[in-house]
Amino acid sequence: MVKVTIDGTEIEVEAGSTILQACEQAGREVPRFCYHERLSIAGNCRMCLVEVEKSPKPVASCAMPVNDGMVVHTDSPQVKKDREGVMEFLLINHPLDCPICDQGGECDLQDQSMGYGMGQNRYDENKRAVDEKNMGPLVKTVMTRCIHCTRCVRFASEVAGVDEIGAIGRGEDMEITTYLEAALTSELSANVIDLCPVGALTSRPFAFTARPWELKKTETIDVMDAMGSNIRVDARGREVMRVMPRLNEDVNEEWISDKTRFACDGLKYQRLDRPYLKQDGKLVAAEWDDALDIVAAKVKATEPSKIAAIVGDMASAETMKALKDLMASLGSANVDCRQDGGYAEAGNRASYLMNSTIAGVEDADAILIIGSNLRAEAPLLNARIRKRWLDGGLKVGNVGTPADLTYTVQQLGAGPETLADLAAGNGAFFNILQNAERPLILVGSGAVARADGGDVLGTARALADKVGAVSGDWTGFGVVQTAASRVGGLDLGLVPGDGGRDTAGIIAGAQSGEVELVFLLGADEIDTDQLGNATVVYIGTHGDNGAHRADVILPGAAYTEQDGTYVNMEGRVQRARRAVFAPGQAKEDWAILRALSGLLDAPLPYNSRDQLVAAMVEDVPHLGALDQLAAATWGSFGTTGDLAGAAPFADPIADFYLTNPIARASKTMAACSKQRLELTAQGEGRRNA
Amino acid sequence: MSVRRLVPGLGPDSFEFTPENQEWAQKQIAKYPAGRQQSAVIPLLDQAQRQMDGWLPEAAVRYVADYLDMPYIRVYEVATFYTMFNLKPVGKVHVQVCGTTPCWLRGAEDLKEVCRRKMGVDKDQGPSEDGTYSWTEMECLGACVNAPMIQVDDETYEDLTVERFEALLDELAKDKSAPKTGPQIDRQFSAPAGGPTVLKKGDA
Repeated sequence: MVKVTIDGTEIEVEAGSTILQACEQAGREVPRFCYHERLSIAGNCRMCLVEVEKSPKPVASCAMPVNDGMVVHTDSPQVKKDREGVMEFLLINHPLDCPICDQGGECDLQDQSMGYGMGQNRYDENKRAVDEKNMGPLVKTVMTRCIHCTRCVRFASEVAGVDEIGAIGRGEDMEITTYLEAALTSELSANVIDLCPVGALTSRPFAFTARPWELKKTETIDVMDAMGSNIRVDARGREVMRVMPRLNEDVNEEWISDKTRFACDGLKYQRLDRPYLKQDGKLVAAEWDDALDIVAAKVKATEPSKIAAIVGDMASAETMKALKDLMASLGSANVDCRQDGGYAEAGNRASYLMNSTIAGVEDADAILIIGSNLRAEAPLLNARIRKRWLDGGLKVGNVGTPADLTYTVQQLGAGPETLADLAAGNGAFFNILQNAERPLILVGSGAVARADGGDVLGTARALADKVGAVSGDWTGFGVVQTAASRVGGLDLGLVPGDGGRDTAGIIAGAQSGEVELVFLLGADEIDTDQLGNATVVYIGTHGDNGAHRADVILPGAAYTEQDGTYVNMEGRVQRARRAVFAPGQAKEDWAILRALSGLLDAPLPYNSRDQLVAAMVEDVPHLGALDQLAAATWGSFGTTGDLAGAAPFADPIADFYLTNPIARASKTMAACSKQRLELTAQGEGRRNA
Repeated sequence: MSVRRLVPGLGPDSFEFTPENQEWAQKQIAKYPAGRQQSAVIPLLDQAQRQMDGWLPEAAVRYVADYLDMPYIRVYEVATFYTMFNLKPVGKVHVQVCGTTPCWLRGAEDLKEVCRRKMGVDKDQGPSEDGTYSWTEMECLGACVNAPMIQVDDETYEDLTVERFEALLDELAKDKSAPKTGPQIDRQFSAPAGGPTVLKKGDA
């Protein structure tokens, strides 16, 4: 610790921190453009100049480490003059187009020029103009506004791990661009929009649609993957206009994936906004009463063992609780929250959680990835691993399909055989894991969603035990879930009861006629063509696979349209909030199930969401502990079986941009998907070394 | 200084070092520690430019990036930063006229006028009609004492006058190695014009 005096206040700061960090600690605001906590220090905007006693010149506080006894002034007349000078230079070439700039209202340059600028312009030459650059379908560029802070360049190469943005030319001619204006290929690319302190990089889908001050902001949780990224949904009227990241150091830091950010336009298209009934092979609009009556009649006429329910990937815990209670009251054990049929032991949380926690990845020193393309399945988790890798000393091994994960990966093998071999103590990577202080074994959701998933999980668990991955406060084992609903569903025990059918069993039963009524709660990722002659009731939001096959459609609410509890892959309980109302006659999912139960003369014992939440918490107490991590007890799980000759692991996600009904309805995601396909077809014209 | 950008589609589709240059490039890379091969990017780009008779096509930028295992954009940054890399074809005699203050005060504008008149093209406008000349303006080339000056390939020609520069251009067009390099007047390097003025033998 060193002592520094900032504006007359003496404080102790950690040795090695910068003056800017010390000023923040002392509660003094220092303006900045290029400095960002999560990026390397560039020191090129000069906005953070402060006066340091005995220093002949003003000092860029972001790049200067503190010394013991340093006396810093952030509010002297000299500092004010310095900052006005820097601001004047920055504004020389910055256009005065705030009225037509999408950054207006949330622009660092705008704010800081109000706070630190001199309020007048002495420059009467022509400003420079810079051509707009193509950066793909997500990032819109107006490069004349660029102040060359290079945050985007550093983000792309450091956090996203794709060296694709650079500054070409020099001096007056410096321009930020990609190589010959190729589109960005990162799943995190749109974070540069938030990083850009001016309006040079803005959101293309959001361009010219709304001003930040007209938007109603709702802090909620994302459901596009199982990260549980903290987001803010900005809505105007009944329309979700955009999604922004929220800071949560333990989950998403301050990044979100492009799908999280831009799939929201899918909430506008393909929506189920009223009930439909299938008549003569065609879906016909119906009234709620008629639709519910038909479903109730069908339920009453069907034996409980012939009723089944499959839960989709974006259902909230409340919805699943209501479904669980409804199915229990009907006496059916045929319920499954695993569309992909992933192996998990519902009573054993350690068997389906990411036990190390997401932030815990930064403590690992050797990671084995089994059957998972993390870049597509959990881009932010992948970014965490890259962050850890950049710190040095991390070894990563991969069993499965080789992929460019943006860090060095030892490809160990393609299938379960390699895993079995490692678990038997063979191979150099076994030694790496064994010698590591905190080894971490990550099992992809695709690796357990196979016929031999239990064996894969059991073998991976055995490997974890063998290399000492679980010791003291470190549980170096995790399943990387891809569905936002999955952990919540398993916590609630939405798995087949005694004699019940799982997803595959339900589909087979429907095919053979042993299951006559199937509820699909937003379940679109199953092969709906295989449901035979069963009556399908689809409760969901989008006209996707499930709705196309449905006999009755009961329109539900999307994640932005109802409160809901979600448990992310590490077991963190978070609550999503309603940002807008569901369109048309669509209702909140739990209300649909509650109404149906009323018609079945077995009303669910809750009449409001609050009562439902209370019932849910009573059932599973940890669902009431918001933002808490309840550590799972490590134990034995998985099955033992011979993995010799098993098929190689396959990626569960074929297209990162199209993994759920909302994303598939999104025009932006479709454009991204098309772009990615084109790049792949060109053999990726450029490289991300 | 001119705006310098790669022009996609200009030049060959592919580029490869000649065997001699491959060998040369390996020697450059060997100067740096293992894994730091990227440090050799400037020498390699320069060698590629020499192989291409004075300019650097897009294919060469990609080739050098692949050769050094670098992202394309990083090499592009280097190629556009240094004005010595020509991203468009140049004439057989590519004249780099220094236009920074000392040369400017001593008549660089006149030299530029000679270029325009003699070559028929303005700066950075590519080669003259017969492909003999092209010219560009550089920032300070470090021979201020002998201003005004120009550089052609690796040689500088200093203390120029309009007449001498015109003649020099003709000589260079015939044979690049023919003209005397360095100061074009009676002086040695940057020593006083007309011979030494101090420390003369025999002077008391």
